[in-house]
Amino acid sequence: MSRQSLTKAHAKISELTWEPTFATPATRFGTDYTFEKAPKKDPLKQIMRSYFPMEEEKDNRVYGAMDGAIRGNMFRQVQQRWLEWQKLFLSIIPFPEISAARAMPMAIDAVPNPEIHNGLAVQMIDEVRHSTIQMNLKKLYMNNYIDPAGFDMTEKAFANNYAGTIGRQFGEGFITGDAITAANIYLTVVAETAFTNTLFVAMPDEAAANGDYLLPTVFHSVQSDESRHISNGYSILLMALADERNRPLLERDMRYAWWNNHCVVDAAIGTFIEYGTKDRRKDRESYAEMWRRWIYDDYYRSYLIPLEKYGLTIPHDLVEEAWNRIVNKGYVHEVARFFATGWPVNYWRIDAMTDTDFEWFEDKYPGWYSKYGKWWEEYSRLAHPGNNKPIAFEDVGYQYPHRCWTCMVPALIREDMVTEKVDDQWRTYCSETCYWTDAVAFRPEYEGRPTPNMGRLTGFREWETLHHDKDLADIVQDLGYVRDDGKTLIGQPHLQLDDPKKMWTLDDVRGNHFMSPNVLLNQMSDEERVAHIADYMANGTKSSS
Amino acid sequence: MADITDQKERSFPKIEFTDSEAGALTFPSSKSRTYNYYKPAKLRATMYEDVTVDVQPDPERHLTQGWIYGFGDGPGGYPQEWTKAKSSNWHAFLDPNEEWEQSIYRNNSAVVHQVELCLKNAKRASVYDNWNTSWLKFIERNVGAWMHAENGLALHVFTAVQRSGPSNMINTAVAVNAAHKMRFAQDLALFNLDLSEADVEFDGAAHRAVWQEAPEWQPTRKVVEQLTAVGDWAELLFATNIIFEQLVGSLFRTELVMQISARNGDYITPTIVGTGEHDYDRDLGYTRALFRLLTQDEEHGAANKELFGQWMSTWVPRCLEAVRALQPIWSQPAEKAVTFATSLENAKSKFSFVLEDLGLDIPKELDQ
Repeated sequence: MSRQSLTKAHAKISELTWEPTFATPATRFGTDYTFEKAPKKDPLKQIMRSYFPMEEEKDNRVYGAMDGAIRGNMFRQVQQRWLEWQKLFLSIIPFPEISAARAMPMAIDAVPNPEIHNGLAVQMIDEVRHSTIQMNLKKLYMNNYIDPAGFDMTEKAFANNYAGTIGRQFGEGFITGDAITAANIYLTVVAETAFTNTLFVAMPDEAAANGDYLLPTVFHSVQSDESRHISNGYSILLMALADERNRPLLERDMRYAWWNNHCVVDAAIGTFIEYGTKDRRKDRESYAEMWRRWIYDDYYRSYLIPLEKYGLTIPHDLVEEAWNRIVNKGYVHEVARFFATGWPVNYWRIDAMTDTDFEWFEDKYPGWYSKYGKWWEEYSRLAHPGNNKPIAFEDVGYQYPHRCWTCMVPALIREDMVTEKVDDQWRTYCSETCYWTDAVAFRPEYEGRPTPNMGRLTGFREWETLHHDKDLADIVQDLGYVRDDGKTLIGQPHLQLDDPKKMWTLDDVRGNHFMSPNVLLNQMSDEERVAHIADYMANGTKSSS
Repeated sequence: MADITDQKERSFPKIEFTDSEAGALTFPSSKSRTYNYYKPAKLRATMYEDVTVDVQPDPERHLTQGWIYGFGDGPGGYPQEWTKAKSSNWHAFLDPNEEWEQSIYRNNSAVVHQVELCLKNAKRASVYDNWNTSWLKFIERNVGAWMHAENGLALHVFTAVQRSGPSNMINTAVAVNAAHKMRFAQDLALFNLDLSEADVEFDGAAHRAVWQEAPEWQPTRKVVEQLTAVGDWAELLFATNIIFEQLVGSLFRTELVMQISARNGDYITPTIVGTGEHDYDRDLGYTRALFRLLTQDEEHGAANKELFGQWMSTWVPRCLEAVRALQPIWSQPAEKAVTFATSLENAKSKFSFVLEDLGLDIPKELDQ
């Protein structure tokens, strides 16, 4: 369809809306934002007549590549180190995708602009596409990759795992609470516009370097839909900015959304890229370098900063602190070490780091070896059962961390941990911003103004609480992370499948008692707690040796 | 001639043969190649089930930590309390159309190609030139008005409902329903555009005033707007796909447009409207499957039937009011191939059949 006829067609389609006079659509999902003074912003033009054939063509390419991968024996060259992490990633991501579909009526309810409703409804269908195409990719991995364990229980594992819960924020945040906070600022303005770059572009690049060209095929196809979604988000953001009353809420939501996305996405994708790859060329970009390019330059400098002239308060300090955490505070490395510490309760296997990896990390992140090298050597030493416990229960100078109540990634930059009594419970937070999110932002009042539509933090937020004071073998069995012989664990701290004696079983992990840090913290006296926190925070400056 | 002495050494990842194919080794779970966290309806899981079931978590299934975000005034996630209808197991519903992304794009692209070809042929053959004035007026006013109803249902009924159902299978089926309605509404609008650009007497802007002001269409617009105002997602789905679509939608599309177009020299409109009929046939299929599950629920079936009876007592009269107001449009075409009474009788009869299939009593209001 030519541009001229597309414009004409779009104008015609816009005639389909009308101002209701008998009854107005139900408002199921409220917002504290106001759009009374908002100018109508026209989003990217999209009509179904061109949309469906376009997506069908994209699908044909994806499925053609899938067939080709099978015929070409792609799995002969896939790195297990890489594909194991996909058991985690692909268990998480279909839920945020389908949540994005479910979020669209929230935005439609909130924004009185029929022009944009059409674009949002098209986005809904896109997101159904993304969710199901990703589930199908995972099924292909399960069918064709050497070790299907973990892929085979994917959605159950996602729903009961500590890392799955971290990822679940990336979906639940889209569909709950204030409709604009959730479906516009958190989902579209921050998650889709900023972080899909690392999710759907940077990470597939790394997949290809590890012999997997299906992840790029699927995710680049997904990413090609995102520009329309970004346009939806931008239009709504400009409408919100037109009303002065929205400014404090926008400032609040940009801070929450930016920081939570950083905490969650950088933890996961940073780990997959840095610790899931076998490509250790020195001129290969590190996650920090990718982040600088995709997030700092392309998003922060090119998208966010220009919005200042429209009155948006940009969280400059939090952008700089996110960068600081990645490049100076070892955020990604800490998360990777935490995931590896928890290997018995994972549904994927984590490869040890070798000298080649050490050299690359030291080159990219000077000082890495002195902080993390010894721990990874211990990880290799303790990789097999028989003479030792899982590394989490051995003395390797690593204290199991407190969980951040807000972002649910543990407080791994220990010197930054905040401990406060909130809602009559001692809670730990990874940062001041996560504390603020719980104590200030997600409340029914903000800066003296009622915010009844803002969401609440709910649920059993510390995963460890559910498993407090239990034997590790019982926890693994309860979670279902056991292979089909009824005893071998799905998670293993190595990739060796050729020798059954090297694979840990329930009997090998039995006898290790697991305690929840938060339950213990709340049982302490004031003096004990102060001493414990001081010790915990000081531990962050020590090397792991 | 190109200088080949100063070529920068290229850096690229080295491919390594890892032998990570299925079957390369035998070890515990090495043959575990099916999703094992749900029980498929039949012996083997379908593609639809594999890509849809449990993607939306549920505290009643595997979700151990519960929903981690809540609304300001209630729980987050997908509360079952968002409808008065009750089910012993919402996850038992599976879409008989088995919609997932490949089916969505294949089916809708096929429809797009069909409609485009039809419209292209119409232009090439200058078929609109032969339509009589009264038929052009019929299309201008009535098909023009109807496309608003389709669009309103797409955006404010089906798109809205797909946030609220307690399972991914329900919400995805409804999302596809929304896509159908959007595409169909737009196809009617673009057909309207073609006609307004053809060398015939056709006012492409008249549809707005007809939809918003013409007395025969106001009760229909009223019931569409009333539908969009319903908060209970199951009531909205029931009232729209079981009642409104049967009594008003099918009456207009199947019992009128599809029956009389050919006699008025028009083979274009039924081709386009037929795609909407095809969509509705699929969408009625999943709707019936869902509500049959609810009426046959061992624990809640009786209460659900009573509830649906209440919903019918609200919506059947509203829809019948819309239907009666539409009666004059049966007289507008030059060739009146079918009477209003016959059309309405057919629509009521099909509606009754759907209700019988669901195990519901025929509402007394239908006889009024």
